[in-house]
Amino acid sequence: MNVLALEFPPVNHLFDWPSIAFEGTPFALNKVGLTYLFAMVATMAIFSLAGARRGRLVPAGVQHVAESGINFVEESVVMQTIGPDGKKFMPFLTTMFFFILFSNITEVIPGWQFPANSRMAMPITLALLVWVIYNFQGVKHQGAFGYLKNSLFPPGVPVFLYIIVTPIELVSTFVVRPFSLAIRLWANMVAGHLLLVTFAVLSAALWDSFAPAAALPFVMLILMTGFEILVSFLQAFIFTILTAVYIGGSMHPEH
Amino acid sequence: MLNVLAQTGAGEMLEGLKAIGAGLGYGLAAIGPGIGIGTVVGNAISSMARQPESAGMVRTTMFLGIAFTEALALIGFVVFILLLP
Repeated sequence: MNVLALEFPPVNHLFDWPSIAFEGTPFALNKVGLTYLFAMVATMAIFSLAGARRGRLVPAGVQHVAESGINFVEESVVMQTIGPDGKKFMPFLTTMFFFILFSNITEVIPGWQFPANSRMAMPITLALLVWVIYNFQGVKHQGAFGYLKNSLFPPGVPVFLYIIVTPIELVSTFVVRPFSLAIRLWANMVAGHLLLVTFAVLSAALWDSFAPAAALPFVMLILMTGFEILVSFLQAFIFTILTAVYIGGSMHPEH
Repeated sequence: MLNVLAQTGAGEMLEGLKAIGAGLGYGLAAIGPGIGIGTVVGNAISSMARQPESAGMVRTTMFLGIAFTEALALIGFVVFILLLP
């Protein structure tokens, strides 16, 4: 019954990778780790190569990539959410954007085809880092008491509604935020990978049994690959912009 | 049909029900966010059409709205993955 593609691999087989080096030590390396190493090296290479050379007036090559990335983060992330005094977060936000983008984009690189962020470890680490940063900024800019008061008792709400609003704000600000941030990135990458695998398995199974019928899932596979390029870019952007929104919310409370 | 049902063991039945539950769960979880994202994007487009000079700001806010709405669908997806037999 190859036609029904019943031999779909179990979900674990798609996301568990055996270690390929240093097995048994804490430094064991598998495909996920290699992808993160690639993302880290690529991010560092872009900015150090662009910085090492003398900047040209008309940017080209790697300098163009670095400058347009910085420009993009400054104009559509920082200025829209935090404002001019958020520029000190530019290095953090830009690095995070490129790191997430590079570890997502491996999803569609032929021969590699695995989004590293479809493992929960790195998204939750980044999200907890963001949690620490925005809480620290809130305490720094409003004081511990003012920060708690502004985030738990938002101004402009009728007093008796605080019975409902305060528990909701407590849970959503301090508990749900980092998890929703991590789950958003992780689940999008898992879903994208499953989608691509489904159409790839379907075209392979149909190719074996009745070749012309494989054309439809194969066309879908190509279309979905294009869609996943968009998704990996968009998820990097959304992670960065939500980080900026959270930081901006702690720095400038509503009055 | 009933014969087939009678022959399958309770364990297989449970597996099948789990699969049905997982599929239905994801489908149900996708209804609300689908409507929500449609509302967000539709309103963003109409405000961009009314005031094209504010398109940049509207687009950023639209992505934020999509991200918050989409989280619900994604939680449904996670439950679907967890429930898979």
